[in-house]
Formats: sequence, C-alpha cells, structure tokens
Amino acid sequence: MASIKIINEKCVGCRLCIGACPFGAMEMSNDRKAVILDNCTLCGACVSACKFEAIDFQKEEVSNSVDISLYEGIWIFAEQKHGEPESIAYELLGVGRTLADDRNTTLTAVLIGNRLDDACKKLIMQGADRVMVVEDESLDHYNDESYTDIFVQLIRENNPEVILMGATTYGRSLAPRIASRINTGLTADCTKLEIDPEDGKLLQTRPAFGGNLMATIICPNHRPQMATVRHKVMKELEPDDKRTGEIIRPEVTIPKDLKIKVKDVVSTICEMVPLTEADIIVSGGRGMGDPKNFALINELAEILGGAVGASRATVDAGWIEYSHQVGQTGQTVGPQVYFACGISGAIQHLAGMSSSDTIIAINKNPDAPIFKVATFGIVGDVMEMLPLLIKEFKAVLG
Amino acid sequence: MNVIVCVKQVPGTNEVKMNKETNTIIREGIEAIINPFDTYAVEEGVRIKEQTSGKATVISMGIPSVVDLLKETIAVGIDDAVLLSDRAFAGADSLATSYALSMGIKHIGEYDLIICGKQAMDGDTAQVGPGLAEKLNIPHTTYVRKIEEIREGYIRCQRMTEDGYEVIEMLLPAVITVVKEINEPRLPSLKGMMRSKKAQITVWTTDDIGADKSLCGLKGSPTQVVKTFVPIHDVKSEMMEGTPEEQASKLAKKLLSMQFAICQEEES
Amino acid sequence: MNYFLTEEQEMIQELAAKIADEKIKPVAIEYDEKGIFPRDIVKILADSDLCGVYIPEEYGGFGGGIFEMALVVEQLSRACGGIALAYAGTGLGTYPIILFGTEEQKQKFLPPIASGEKLAAFGLTEANAGSDAAGIQTTAVLDGDEYVLNGTKQWITNGGEADIYTVVACTNRAKGARGFSAFIVEKDTPGFSFGKKENKMGIRASVTSELVFEDCRIPKENLLSREGMGFLVAMKTLDRTRPGVASQALGIAQGALDEALKYSLEREQFGKTISSFQAVQHMMADMAIQIEATRCLVYQTCRHIDSGAKSISKESAISKVFASDTAMKVTIDAVQVMGGYGYMKEYPVEKMMRDAKITQIYEGTNQIQRNVIALELIKGIKTHK
Repeated sequence: MASIKIINEKCVGCRLCIGACPFGAMEMSNDRKAVILDNCTLCGACVSACKFEAIDFQKEEVSNSVDISLYEGIWIFAEQKHGEPESIAYELLGVGRTLADDRNTTLTAVLIGNRLDDACKKLIMQGADRVMVVEDESLDHYNDESYTDIFVQLIRENNPEVILMGATTYGRSLAPRIASRINTGLTADCTKLEIDPEDGKLLQTRPAFGGNLMATIICPNHRPQMATVRHKVMKELEPDDKRTGEIIRPEVTIPKDLKIKVKDVVSTICEMVPLTEADIIVSGGRGMGDPKNFALINELAEILGGAVGASRATVDAGWIEYSHQVGQTGQTVGPQVYFACGISGAIQHLAGMSSSDTIIAINKNPDAPIFKVATFGIVGDVMEMLPLLIKEFKAVLG
Repeated sequence: MNVIVCVKQVPGTNEVKMNKETNTIIREGIEAIINPFDTYAVEEGVRIKEQTSGKATVISMGIPSVVDLLKETIAVGIDDAVLLSDRAFAGADSLATSYALSMGIKHIGEYDLIICGKQAMDGDTAQVGPGLAEKLNIPHTTYVRKIEEIREGYIRCQRMTEDGYEVIEMLLPAVITVVKEINEPRLPSLKGMMRSKKAQITVWTTDDIGADKSLCGLKGSPTQVVKTFVPIHDVKSEMMEGTPEEQASKLAKKLLSMQFAICQEEES
Repeated sequence: MNYFLTEEQEMIQELAAKIADEKIKPVAIEYDEKGIFPRDIVKILADSDLCGVYIPEEYGGFGGGIFEMALVVEQLSRACGGIALAYAGTGLGTYPIILFGTEEQKQKFLPPIASGEKLAAFGLTEANAGSDAAGIQTTAVLDGDEYVLNGTKQWITNGGEADIYTVVACTNRAKGARGFSAFIVEKDTPGFSFGKKENKMGIRASVTSELVFEDCRIPKENLLSREGMGFLVAMKTLDRTRPGVASQALGIAQGALDEALKYSLEREQFGKTISSFQAVQHMMADMAIQIEATRCLVYQTCRHIDSGAKSISKESAISKVFASDTAMKVTIDAVQVMGGYGYMKEYPVEKMMRDAKITQIYEGTNQIQRNVIALELIKGIKTHK
C-alpha cells in the first residue's frame, strides 16, 4: 500500500509543506513537527516543497500493469459532423504530430461516422499519417454506445500507446467510458502534452484549482495513455495538400440493438460566427455597470468584425445569454485579439481566454488581475474608453 | 423509481490564493461544501422520487466528516445517504473512484437511475459519470438539461451540446450527468432540517462493499501526479498612458499596426 | 450575544436567514419600487414549513409560539420589512382563531394557513377608527343563520391577497365597547370586495387595501368567541402579536446597520475608509447599542408571553415602542453614514428608513402604547397599596 510519513528527525517545522498542500491535509503539531491528516490524497505536492527531505513517500508499484512495450502509435479521435471534421480534430493533429515525431512513431486519426472520404483527405492534409475509418449509416450521428464499442474494438486490435480526444461534449463522454472499459488512465483538459525524453511516456499537464496550480500527470503502468484537450488550446498545422497518408478501413462489428438512441437534434444558437471560431472577441464584465452598456461592446465588436463575449457574472445576472460566456464553465476561446472590458480577470475567466494571442484589458482598477495577462492595458473607465476606441477604429475602418 | 445520486465534497472556494514569495497555497478558512453541480443532481433526484413515489439515496466517497455534508441532502428530501470512507480510497483518480462508487452502488441494491453532477469543481474532469456507468455496465448520457419523460425501464432526456441540444432515449437502468440548466435546487424545509439532524448516515469501508483494495485509491489509479507548480504568467503588460483620448489613440495605433484580421477588413 | 435558543429555534432562525439572504435580498428593491406582492416568496416560505411555525401541531403547524414567529419575522425583515409583512400580517390575522377559535373553526381554518396555502389578514381599522377603535362603524346583524356585514375597513395589510380575514364589527351599538364582535370572513364571499390598494411611503411590497362589505352574508358559525367579545379578541390578539411588529422593526434596524457597516469599510475619503473616523464609529456604536438592547427586550418579551403569563399588555407595548423607535433612529443614521449613496434608491438603506416609519404607527401608535404603559404602571401601583 502506498504510504507517506514525516521523518520527524529531519523536520524543522518550516511549514512549507503545509502551504504546499492543496487539500489542507497537513498541520503543525504542538512540538513543531508536520503532521499528515486523514484527508491526504497522496498527491505528493508536499514532497516537492520540503527542502529537508523530511517526507517519506512510498509509491506503490501498481501490480496490474501491462507490457507497455506492446503499445505503439499516437492516435487522435477526429470528431466530425455531417462528414466534416471539427476544428478540434485538426488541433489534436497539430499536437499529435509533435508527439509522434518525438516518439518516432505514426500519427493516426480515428474517424467514425458516415460518408467520410472527404474527411479522410482533409485529416491527412493536416498532419495524419494514417486515417482509420469506420463507416456505417447507423454511425451518422454520434452515439455513446456504438462509438465506445467500436473504438474499443480498434484499441484492442491495434494497441495504440497514446489516444488524444477533444474535451468537447462528445469527447468528455466518450473518453472516460473508453478508459473505464479498458481500465486505463485518462487526464482531462490538458494544456500541454509532451513526451518524456527519458522514457518516452506522455507528460500531461493540466490546471487544477481553477488554474491556480498546474499539475503534470503521468500514466506509467497502463496503456493506452489517454488525454483530452480543450478547444482552441493547441494549434492546428497548415493544410498541406502534398502530404500523403494511408486510409485504413478495419474490420469491426457494428453494434446493433443499442440501449441508447438519438431521437432528435436541435440547434438553438443562430450566431453567424460561433464565439470559438472568431478571430476577434470583445468581452464585457460586471465593470460595464449596466446591461444596456453592452451596446458599446456590441458596437466595438461590429466595427472590428468580431464576436461578443461575456464574463460569468454578467451571464448569471441575466445581462446576456450563456452562449456568450467565456471561462471555465463557459467556452474556451483563443482569438487573435481579446478585449476584456470591465472584467477583473478572475482565474475562472482567464481559464477560458488566456490562450488568446493579444489580450487588451480595460479596467479602472490598476490592481485587477487581468492586467497580469494583458498584452496591452488601459487603466480607465470602460464607459469613457469604449466610445473613444469606437471613434478611433471607425475613423480608420469606416 | 429508485434514484441514486452521486455527490462529492469539494473545497468551498476555487480561489486558492498563492503566496507569491514562497510559492505556496494560502489556506484561509476554506470550508468544505457539496460540489455545486451535485446540488442540481440532488434536486433532480428528489423531484423524480416525488413524482414517482419512489426513493432517493445519496452516495459519496470521502473522509468521515463528509457525513455532515450528506445530512444537508436529507434536509432537502433525500431519503438515505451512504458514505464510502476508508483509508484505501485515498488518492483515487477517476477510474478508481468509478470503481469504488460502482461497488458501493451494487451494495445499495436495486436502482432505476443514477444521477451525477456534470463535473466536480476541484478536479473538473467530468469523468466519473461515464466511468461509473461503464463499471455498472449500463448506458449513460452526459450534460442532461431536461428529463422529458421517465418511466419503468425508459428515459428520454435532452443533452446540451455546443450549439443546442439532442433528444436521447435510453433503457433504464442508466446514468445521467446533469447541468445547472436542469432545475433550481430547493432550500431545505424545517421538517427536512429536523429529519436531517436525526438522520443516521451509513458508512461503509472497502470490506463492507466487497471492493478489491488494489483497484481503489492510489493503488487503483493509473494516473499519478508527478509534479505540481505555480503557473508563471510571464506576459509583460504594456500600459497605455495619458489622457483617455491619448490612451485610446495609442491602443488603436498599436493594434492596427499589428497586422490582424482587422487590417484585412480594411483591405477588403 | 448568546440568546440560548433551542436547537429548533436555531434551525428556524437559520432557515429564515437563508431565505432572507438568498431569495428576498435580490428582489427587495424591485418589489418595493414597483409595489409587487411577493407571491413567489410566500411559496418559498410555504415549502420551507415556516408558515406554520406558530400554529399548534394538531392543526399542521410546528407548535411554536410568538418567539418562533418573531425569529422568522426578524430575519425576513433584515432583507425587507415589506415582504416580511406577508408573513407577519398573516400571523396577526391568524392569532384570533388560535386564541378564541372553536375546535371546528381551528380545524377548518388553521391547517391551510400552516401549510402556507392561504394567507390571513386582520380587519379592525376604519377611516374613523384608528387609535379610537371604539369608533368602528362596520355592522354585523344576525339574520337567521347568518350575520350580515356592512361597512368598510381601511389600511388592511394583505387585503386582497389573503384568503382568511378576521374582522371586528359592531353587533350592538348600545353596549359601547361591549358591543363589538369578531368574525372570520373568507375571500370570495358574496358581498365582500376590496377597495383601492394604497400607495405607501414604505413597506410597498406589502399590500394595504380597503375591505368592503355590502350585505355580506357569513354563516353564524364564523363568529369568534361570543357576541360582545370583539374588543377583547382584538386587544388580546394585538397584545400577543405586538412583538411581531417589534421584531420586524428589529430586523429592519439590523439590516440597516449591516449595510452601513459594510459600506463604511469600503468607502474611502481622505485616504482612509470612513470606518476609521470616530464620528462614524460612534454613530455605528450607538446603532449597535440600540439594536442589542432591542433584541434582548423583544426576545425576553416573547419568552414572557409564551410562558403563559397573564399580564402581557405593558411588556408587549414596551417592546413595540422601543423597537420601532430604534428602527427609526438606526435607519436614519444608516442613511447618514452612507451619505449621498445612502440617499440613492440604488442602495437599500433609504428604503429601510421609509420602511421603519410604519412600525411607530401601526398596531397601535407609539403614543397609544405609552398611554397603555402609563396606565398599567398606575394600575400596578394602585393594586399594591
């Protein structure tokens, strides 16, 4: 069994470990020694923080490991809609390409659906060495049951080493179901993926505690190593029509008599440009003061040809619909330009837009956290600045 | 209909502040609460039990003090609560958690529907719902924003998607994870609070539920945290100075000179 | 200060506070501005089991007394004195039935009030009968198996929204103060309608209307107690429920202090928060002193009444006068502490100041209360001789 204990002789009572513990599972005893409490989750953060090597952490060697040398290849799940790959698929190919090259192996896109010839070509153009495609009319629309079943058949037949999926609605449903069926590890919402140069395993980095802490996670003894990645976090490659690749149509059993049926698909958002695809986003927060002041946000967005975003506070207050919400519980965006107007920059909002190329912050509080991530900042009243900016851009862009 | 709701205790605030000098976490009175998304799951469970004259049970995996939090669910109408608590559960990742919960649920007995919240505010992985369904070998649907119909052996619900929703039919028993659009959680009632004060929460260990210790906790977790660090935001902000007119003018010039889509607008 | 509440009283207080903070605070300013009756809050209170807190268990209530009711009213009033009145006003309309109802009357009328399904109201005041309650002109004439009511009641809290009304009318003009009787009248009884809804200075989320009786026939079983007991029914009810008004005033005062205190820690002038200035500190200290004294007085008065004490008029009057005067002073000072912002409708304290005023007026003006207290003092001296 894994164990952790304090080596009292080495502990000097510096309290660094207490501060490092994300779960509040350490405290000082009366004689100034660190004490580990019941709610310790064995995450090991204290071990890294201790400068006196006073914490003895024995990680158990997990017994039901597999022979990891039998697993090879980087796979990505290429989500598609009506035969068109979603942009998340290209982003996964972008990061997958680097991993495959570092690992000296092939990058395979797994494509499930119906009428996918075009999609195969596009995936190869954007980085895939191989496309493994399974087509059937019954697979036209995503279905948790059939997609899980087929994907697992493919995994068992081919033993990939790594599988990447989008942290999309479907991805976040499919990935854990698969991982649970084949008993392997899955790390969600990775912001960074790399191959460990020492032993070739996948280093999966993700934010914890709303982004205040980053954790690097590994899956040392189980395969495949699975990870999901949020939209707009990784970059796609440029499409290259000279790229060649293999299209494979493996033999799988298409499951019938499913317990899950998709009866209807309803689209309620009628945005011209979905928020996540916009190159420019102008976002408003509580600092806008009043819902009617969002008219200025709309105006600036229109002049710049961009989309309108909003912080969670404004959505919760009923100023604007949820479809505009940017942040940890909203959408993740990565536009070229992001205007944060009257947004303080709470960590949950940053989680949704910090990968934007250029961030512009306008806030009357000079200590607002948003200024720490902004490329350009203006300390001022949004109600004063926005009309001036609108005037400036109107003069040039008409 | 018998409903089981999975609930998790999380720290009261996600705003874990960092002490910049020592790079350590400042823990200022962060009390534990029920994961906010789970309160919607609890409310839905209570509603279904009321509409179908059934039973709603809450299950959680956590440290012994979670018992107090589970009593809050009794105050809003849950009939029974079970806590899986054992040293062996510590350090569990989503897979080990899914396994432990599945064994606990099997020990509870018959059920028609299992409800989970969309994700936990501390881990954010949203993996336990589907993982649990797999361990129980029953179907699941995530991000349910409304149950259209539920009856013996059948459920029809709306799953929220990026651009709208889908209508999904499933055979019961099944697992659903719910989003906050599904309902408005009720406040406890006085009678409920009295009931919860007297309530006895069952606590089970790995032995009670017949769980294989090697599949629980850290031992049963394929993923491990190998390092934690404070993210360094090394962006140097350039502040626009001057009068508001000057600030606006400087910013506009900077952006327009940076070759963006804005400029492409100008050309076309 | 520890008030040694029982576990149940603490639960009641906690639940009422939760509803006040989570459900009432967000809508208080809007409902006041637009004069919206808080039906949605009534539903929440009903679902929470708080409506029956002062009603005996055998009628579906919790079996608590005036203290439990006061605990709820205080918390709700912290968020909005007007919205709290939907609850407190019902208490006033229900107590005549609790104190004087026959078993049949209690079985019929108390359960739906306990469950929150129905609201109640108390109809005593008329255009010519305010402090001088003996000036009531509404009549009730026995005709066979029915009483026929004629007249108009004025300024009745919950008028139009309540389903059950306890009304005092004159059954025998010749007998003077002994000629009044109390009746239970249900909404939708033919001949019973409502007059205009008043446009008030404060407590605007509470509805205050005229009750109009035009040959309104009610079953004679709806007479409360006996003919001629009307005055006694009214006085005994008011003596008992007066701490309810006192706790409304207490809640308003506490809410005002909370806002002023919070503001004083945020507002900066001359390089520091205004809470650093002695002038402001002294004002807030005085507010706190008054509030704590009020709370002790109100709680103790409630306990005294609930203990079954025979003599409660003086104590009840004292608590009401003190609490309402405190609420007025504290809310005025709260506006002062918040300065210009305090005067703006965007901020909650100007409303609290407008709300506080009525507590010095209704359920017996403070001048009448002082009369009562003085008379009780004199009576007390005389009987000791």
